[in-house]
Amino acid sequence: MSFDNAYEALADAHDDSRWAFGTGFEDPLSGVDTTVPSGMDGADLSAYCLMLGDDALVFSHRLQQWITRAPELEDEVAIANIGLDLLGQARLLLARAGKADGSGRSEDSYAYFRPEHEFRNVRLAELERGDFGQLIAVLLVFSTWRLALLQALRDSADPVLAAIADKGVKEVTYHRDYAAQWAVRLGDGTAYSHERMQAGLDGIWPYVGELFTPHEIERRVGVDPSTLRAEFDDVLAQVCSAATLSVPDVEPRVGVSGRMGRDGVHTEAMGYLLAELQSVARAHPEATW
Amino acid sequence: MNEWPLYEVFVRGKRGLNHVHVGSLHAADDEMALRNARDLYTRRNEGVSIWVVKASDITASSPDEKDPFFAPSADKVYRHPTFYDIPDNVPHM
Repeated sequence: MSFDNAYEALADAHDDSRWAFGTGFEDPLSGVDTTVPSGMDGADLSAYCLMLGDDALVFSHRLQQWITRAPELEDEVAIANIGLDLLGQARLLLARAGKADGSGRSEDSYAYFRPEHEFRNVRLAELERGDFGQLIAVLLVFSTWRLALLQALRDSADPVLAAIADKGVKEVTYHRDYAAQWAVRLGDGTAYSHERMQAGLDGIWPYVGELFTPHEIERRVGVDPSTLRAEFDDVLAQVCSAATLSVPDVEPRVGVSGRMGRDGVHTEAMGYLLAELQSVARAHPEATW
Repeated sequence: MNEWPLYEVFVRGKRGLNHVHVGSLHAADDEMALRNARDLYTRRNEGVSIWVVKASDITASSPDEKDPFFAPSADKVYRHPTFYDIPDNVPHM
C-alpha cells in the first residue's frame, strides 16, 4: 500500500459536495421514515424541533463570526468545527419540523425566510459576540445544557428525534470538553485571564435561568428542561472549582411579560444577526448556482 | 508575544496500519496539542488514533550527512525482497 499523499491514505470518503445557500443540497432526512408517532401532535413536534433547531442555527451563526477573529489559528478551526456540528444539527431538526407538521417546508425556508418573532431559540444563543472569555462562558453553558438535553432526548417517542439526539450527543460532548478545558486554562491561569473569564461568566449568567424554564410545548412533546438543572449545576460546579472561578449568583434576565426566546421574544442583538444570516437569501430568493 | 511551541502530528487512518506524519501545529502543552490535532487534522474522518510530539523532541538526520547515511544503500538491490511472489492472502507487504 503506497499513497503519494498522506491525506489520500487517511481519508476514506471523498465528498466533494459543498454546501451553501443555493447549491441545491439534498434533504438531510431523505430516505428516513418521518411518520409522526401515534399519540404525538405533529404541530407540537414541529414546534419543538424548531426550538432545538433554532438554538443550534443561531448559536452556530455566532460561532461563525469568530472566523478570522480567534486568538490562534488552531482555535479558529476548533470553533468553526463546533459551529459546523451545530449547523448539521440545525439542518436535521429544521427538516424534521417541516415533515412533522405536514407543511413540507424546507430547512432553507425556515432558516432564511422567517421573521425574528418566529425564531424559537433561547436568548443565550443570540447574545452579541464578546471577548474570548465570554465565548468560552457561553459555549460551556450552552453545551453543558444541550448535552444533558440531548441525552434525555435519546428516549424520545419520536424515533427520528431520538436518532438526531444520539448523533448530537457525541458532538456536544466534545464541545463541552473544549469549553471546559479553556475555562480551566483561563480561570486558573494568570490574574488577568482569571478576571476576563470570570467577567465572561458573570455577563452571560442572567440568561441561564431561561434555559431551564419549560415552555408548554417542551412539557408536552420534549424534554422538560427544568429536570436538567441538577446535572447542569453539578457540571458547572466541577468546572468552576477546577478553574478557581465562582459560579455567578445573579438575577435572571426576565422576558417581556414573562415571554422569552421560546415565545419568539428576543434581545436587540437578534435582528442584526438575522439580517446578516438572511440577507443573501432574501436578496436572491430561489437563486441557485 | 511568545509563540506556543511547535508540535508534529501523526495520525493513524482507518485504512492505515501505522501512524503517518500529517503536519504540525502550535499548542501550549501536550493536552492542547492533542485536541488541536483532532480539530485540524481529523475533520474529514481521516483518523482513529493521534500522536503528537514536540518538534524540539525529534532528533533528525542532517542534510549534510545525506551521502554517508543513505548513499551506500542505493546500489544494493539484493536487499529488496523482490524476487518472489507475495501470496494473495498477505495483504500488507
